[in-house]
Amino acid sequence: MSAPARPPGGRAPSHGEDVAPAQDIEPPVLAVAGLTCTWDGVHGCRDIDFDLHAGEVLCVVGESGSGKSTLLQALSWQHPPQSGTVHYASREDGVVDLAALPQVRLRRLARTEWGFMRQNPRDGLRMQISAGANIAERLMAVGQRHYGELRRSAAHWLQRMEMDAARLDDTPASFSGGMQQRLQIARNLVTHPRLVFMDEPTASLDVSVQARLLDLMRGLVDDLGLAAIVVTHDLAVARLLAQRTLVMRGGRVVEAGLTDQILDDPQHPYTQLLVSSILQG
Amino acid sequence: MTVDTTMIEVRGLGKRFVLHNQGGATLPVLHAVSFEAARGECLVLDGASGAGKSTLLRCLYGNYLASEGSIRIRDGGQWMDVVQADARRIQRLRREVIGYVSQFLRAVPRVPALDVVAEPLRRRGLAPSRARERAAGLLARLNVPERLWRLPPATFSGGEQQRVNIARGFAAGHDILLLDEPTASLDAGNRDVVARLIRETAAAGCCIVGVFHDEIVRAAVATRMIDVAPLVPEQGA
Repeated sequence: MSAPARPPGGRAPSHGEDVAPAQDIEPPVLAVAGLTCTWDGVHGCRDIDFDLHAGEVLCVVGESGSGKSTLLQALSWQHPPQSGTVHYASREDGVVDLAALPQVRLRRLARTEWGFMRQNPRDGLRMQISAGANIAERLMAVGQRHYGELRRSAAHWLQRMEMDAARLDDTPASFSGGMQQRLQIARNLVTHPRLVFMDEPTASLDVSVQARLLDLMRGLVDDLGLAAIVVTHDLAVARLLAQRTLVMRGGRVVEAGLTDQILDDPQHPYTQLLVSSILQG
Repeated sequence: MTVDTTMIEVRGLGKRFVLHNQGGATLPVLHAVSFEAARGECLVLDGASGAGKSTLLRCLYGNYLASEGSIRIRDGGQWMDVVQADARRIQRLRREVIGYVSQFLRAVPRVPALDVVAEPLRRRGLAPSRARERAAGLLARLNVPERLWRLPPATFSGGEQQRVNIARGFAAGHDILLLDEPTASLDAGNRDVVARLIRETAAAGCCIVGVFHDEIVRAAVATRMIDVAPLVPEQGA
């Protein structure tokens, strides 16, 4: 993003303390510049720029095929982009350029400091192993071996996701869609990631279940200081979750800003069309 | 000059809406609006319905993008132009400096009224218990029955929801408060409570800018009025 804006006119302050915001001293969790990632030279996303800070949720909205999911894959280096840079403020090593990281380090980041939540829980969970094992898997991947500890952590996260700890040994296949999505969150958050990528996390759920999941997600972002990028086609999800929103069309960001400003005063023709298409409940 | 207590300085503000999906129709709403507001004032925006009073408030809050001009806000020892500021600066401004009370509460599912009111304080870094204490004080003052505090406001009556909304707006102790018809859905008794709260908050040094249709409230709270008339150039300056 741009350099800190200086107050124009430069009127000297007559009194009052200096209020340089502390969070601007910390580097953004994710800094993306000029990112282009296409599958065939045409389809994908182009020239994407944004910063994301701790405690911030950024929603990416747009129709299917607008490049939203490609963007997520490029940001997390699952599908390395053709051009542009992604800098990530790692807990262990400070700011790193993802292009310069060896595969081993990228995989480790993906298992520890990042979380991934898929639209279809089948893609984000292992359906054949128990809920408890799903949650404990990431802890084991970072070297925790104590069975009792793993089980306690798993039970804790199940309850935090408002599920009965007695379901610890059941497989996700026996869970409802909403429970499966909550289990995905638990599985991801157990290693306290800094950054979570979510691809249409509520799209497969009933409306009544969506509200609960969104509310849980809101609370977690606040409590844990997470940074999250949420791809959605649902503007109500953006309104509830995200301070900032990117509107994508044809692989490009056509509008970016505060979520409430984009929804209440959309500037781009496409955003105006999206907003005017919301059903009034 | 004495100590400058100006908190808001608006110069040449214009706002028009371009409706791209209606053949690019342009709706001019505000033109060349200039004014200042200082600590201790309750500035009431006057003007016919549709003159753009709410639009002006929303521009001040960064909810609408101004088409031209500047909106400078005092943030502690600095000035910030809302029209030029990026999203993060506006977020910061909303957390630390400017509060906004709309006509209706936008209820978040499952969050209890007490936490809805305490949230802006928690965002400013106050401990949860202290934030809830202040929230409880405001809810009590606004006659929201204590049995409702632990419940999410979605099921409350319109008047109760609105009093939760007002409590939330006043909770954080912001330097600037923008009020968009906060008393529209309230009965006479609660309307008077809110009017007193507004007067006291201004007297304590807050800078308040508001829109009130209700004559009684307007008379009770206004320290100054300005006319918002679209497409009439400013006088003097």
